[in-house]
Amino acid sequence: MTGLLGKKIGMTSIFDDAGQVIPCTVIEAGPCFVTQVKTKERDGYEAVQLGFDQKAERLANKPMNGHFAKANTKPLRIVREFRGNGVSEVQPGQEIKVEAVFTKGDTVSIIGTSKGRGFQGVVKRHHFGGGFRTHGQSDRERAPGSIGSSSYPSRVFKGLRMAGRMGGEQVTVRNLKVVGVIPDSNLLLVKGSVPGAINGYVEIHKVVAH
Amino acid sequence: MEKLKLVDATQMKSDLPAFSAGDTINVHVRVIEGDKERIQQFQGVVIGRHGSGMSATFTVRKVSDGVGVERIFPLHSPRIAKIERVKEGSVRRAKMYYVRHLAAKQIRQKTS
Repeated sequence: MTGLLGKKIGMTSIFDDAGQVIPCTVIEAGPCFVTQVKTKERDGYEAVQLGFDQKAERLANKPMNGHFAKANTKPLRIVREFRGNGVSEVQPGQEIKVEAVFTKGDTVSIIGTSKGRGFQGVVKRHHFGGGFRTHGQSDRERAPGSIGSSSYPSRVFKGLRMAGRMGGEQVTVRNLKVVGVIPDSNLLLVKGSVPGAINGYVEIHKVVAH
Repeated sequence: MEKLKLVDATQMKSDLPAFSAGDTINVHVRVIEGDKERIQQFQGVVIGRHGSGMSATFTVRKVSDGVGVERIFPLHSPRIAKIERVKEGSVRRAKMYYVRHLAAKQIRQKTS
């Protein structure tokens, strides 16, 4: 398997073998269930579809309930595909636990949804410098400045960075180190921070060393 | 939260002596030099304890050759071999930052 689905539990710190403190994020990774296996012959590419976090049957719609019934799993809250090798090793309905995929020392990339910040100005959202605080300025401290020329082009270019909704988008953090696996409670410890709020869902992808 | 505590429980020490600000303690620190390991002792007055759970720390102050030395130790660090309470202090404060300005004699009076 090349990855797992998980839920962010929170951050803490642990000591490594040398006694150094390592800040780490605790992720409840799995147990995941294989809901579908995609093969080259039938789907044109190889991937394993995993589901995570059981929910009641009434919370899933009929098409999804049918999909889960076909794979012989309970209805699951999130379903994601993981491309890559290891397709022949798994069958639909199979349970995949964290210790089967990750070991201490692995490198992973983690995909999550960042915390929503609401409507934010350009200083926070795009790291603009803002204006002068002194020299007779009254209202320019966090202003964006000019947004373009006047008679030509007589419009504002598309994609110009302005104030607006920030956060709540997919964020990938690459190359985090796995600093521990606790199989009994399905926990995965990675060094550093992970996008999203506590109880947010994350995809954990194994990074293969080159 | 319970799951976070599970992680902390894997490394947290349960045999730590009770000590608080004002106490004089002797900290046995594991020092690794090359491939050899030895124990270094650091004895002084606990100025304060900070934080909770796995990330808890404590600060120890001593005066060495007339120079005040403060060390902050992670409470559950594996580098700490042992903590001995040498003397119990009686102070009214949880954080003893004011002893930095006092002479040794005054500190003795304050912490006993």
